[in-house]
Amino acid sequence: MIRRVRPSTTKAGSGRIILWGAAITVIALGATFLLDPYRNFQLATIAATFCAVAGLTVLVGSSGQLSLGQAAMMAVGGYGYALTANALTGVGVDGVARFVLAMIGGIAASGLLGLLLGLAAARLRGPYLAGLTLAITIAIAPVTTFFSGVFNGDAGLQIANDSVPPILATLIAMEQWQAWIAILVAGVVVTALASLSHSGIGLHMRATRDDETAARLSGIRTGRIKVIAFLASSVTAGAGGAVACFITQAVSPGAYTLAFSLMLVVAAVIGGLGSISGAALGSALIVLLPWTVTLMTEALPAELAQRLSGNLPVLLFGLLLILVMATARRGLAGIRFRPRPRRDRRASSPRRPQPDSAAADAPPAASEPVLELAVQSVPSAPHERRK
Amino acid sequence: MDQLIFLFATGLSRGAVFALFALSLVLIWRAARIINFAQGAQALVAAYVAFTVTTASGSYWAGLIAALIAGALIGVAVERGVMRLVPAHDHLAGIIVAIGIVMVLQSLLGILFGPQYRPMQAPFDDSPLMIGETPLLSPYDIFIVTIAAVTMAALGLLFRFTSIGLQLRAAAFAPEVSRLLGVRVPSMVTIGWMLSSAVASLAAFLLMPTELGVNPHATDMLLVYGFAVAVIGGLDSPLGALVAGLTVGVVITFVSGYIAATLAPIGLLVLLLGVLLVRPAGIFSMREVRSA
Repeated sequence: MIRRVRPSTTKAGSGRIILWGAAITVIALGATFLLDPYRNFQLATIAATFCAVAGLTVLVGSSGQLSLGQAAMMAVGGYGYALTANALTGVGVDGVARFVLAMIGGIAASGLLGLLLGLAAARLRGPYLAGLTLAITIAIAPVTTFFSGVFNGDAGLQIANDSVPPILATLIAMEQWQAWIAILVAGVVVTALASLSHSGIGLHMRATRDDETAARLSGIRTGRIKVIAFLASSVTAGAGGAVACFITQAVSPGAYTLAFSLMLVVAAVIGGLGSISGAALGSALIVLLPWTVTLMTEALPAELAQRLSGNLPVLLFGLLLILVMATARRGLAGIRFRPRPRRDRRASSPRRPQPDSAAADAPPAASEPVLELAVQSVPSAPHERRK
Repeated sequence: MDQLIFLFATGLSRGAVFALFALSLVLIWRAARIINFAQGAQALVAAYVAFTVTTASGSYWAGLIAALIAGALIGVAVERGVMRLVPAHDHLAGIIVAIGIVMVLQSLLGILFGPQYRPMQAPFDDSPLMIGETPLLSPYDIFIVTIAAVTMAALGLLFRFTSIGLQLRAAAFAPEVSRLLGVRVPSMVTIGWMLSSAVASLAAFLLMPTELGVNPHATDMLLVYGFAVAVIGGLDSPLGALVAGLTVGVVITFVSGYIAATLAPIGLLVLLLGVLLVRPAGIFSMREVRSA
């Protein structure tokens, strides 16, 4: 008889996630009062990036599918937002209604592409999927050039300025208002994503990642789970792209290059694959480190400064990427200051077979073997398990 | 009609370069069961070495030899120095580490050489020969096709008729059994990387004079095209890489010539998507192992 894997989380778990999400969002909103306009702009950029990176980290970390096309998804969200907003401006809608409808437009566009790509992705294994998403990122600029009438080529689309609502106009500056919107959107999107990741679907994603065959034998529809993961990640990326378009009042293919797509992968990996708090740290890092390097190299001669400011952050991120994958795999989110008791036990008796072999065999990597525990819940046979 | 023949001939020459690069991806896939997304960056380093050598010595041929040697050395360095750090069967880790290598190599080249395009001279005339009234291949195109054909034939002979070729194939297909029979499997994997990286460097070196020149991102498109060709051909099959390379080269040149040059990457994406949806492991691939 096939037993389906049951989620271990409860209703209380998702309630706690929503509380946490709300609390962090309120703290971030309050923090905008302490920052100057430029810092608020950076905070807004980090929030927009965070949406996309959070989606990517769930896609890669939980469902095990690597996409190099997250920037393309952001671009689609941004273009969806800009086209909807411009159409609404044309018929005289503005203010909050325009923003909300345009957000829906952006998310719908990226969600649709994500669904199509997810259907393709469910049939593909790792390297094939990575290559296909790489080709999609490369194709963004040619598509905008070829359909120049809609997307206006390399110059991209501009949207009308959203001003601060009159009630708040005396209280906060434009940049702070934009940061508020970006933080609110990120808060809603990421909280929804975290709830998904902690639900039964998230459990099924991790089971599919660890062993697809075993997951199918346990009654998980792995194809559908992969599509859901792709859809969730593209919707969050689309929201991020729409917010980025709202902040900068423009969207152009130059902002969503292959290099930026790789940066999003860097943020997810350095933060720790599968960890949403890690995604926040990673997003802050990929926004702030290039800016810091530019500041530091300003004193140097012009040509040297230009070469260093563009390339030094990429060099550092590349080295960090290799370092994280070659060592801990948990990234920033995995840094603990207390030694973990389970590892100590393994170190003290490396040879003796443990009674709970499934737990002791667990690699120190980010993968908790959800399914192994479920499948091997039968009493273990006296002979050693072949692995 | 004239344009058709001209585009067809040009397409064959471009396709030969794609096929060479795809072949290099096939070589690594067969040796180590990974797709090396850093292949383009590795070839780019070799192209810069070749550019420096050619500029210093004034000889194109010295540059060609330097590209091959540099390519082989980078292959060894990447395999022994970096790729061994991650578990062999973890696709995800392999791809992410390869992305890290791309970022490191491209940014180092950017810091050392700057962002500008540095044109490379072709050793032969690259204006097309006229057959009657019809423009056809340029001497440089003929050179590219000849070099590609010679390289593929040499690799074919190496794998089929030499002892080391047999060991390479054995190590790739049955590592455990080969090790028991005395094949040094880790060395064979390294040789596979060496060969593959050298072939990729050759492809990049041949491509440079027909493009704008060397630049830290000059091989990005080559990697995407090469990957698409390798996948369409089925990652296991050198013959598939050749056929798919020539086909993609001709199709892309037709699309660029008759419709619009910007459409070429979109055409490639559609082709790749179509092939992957019909046969998720490529057209010429071997049957997949049953999973359930």
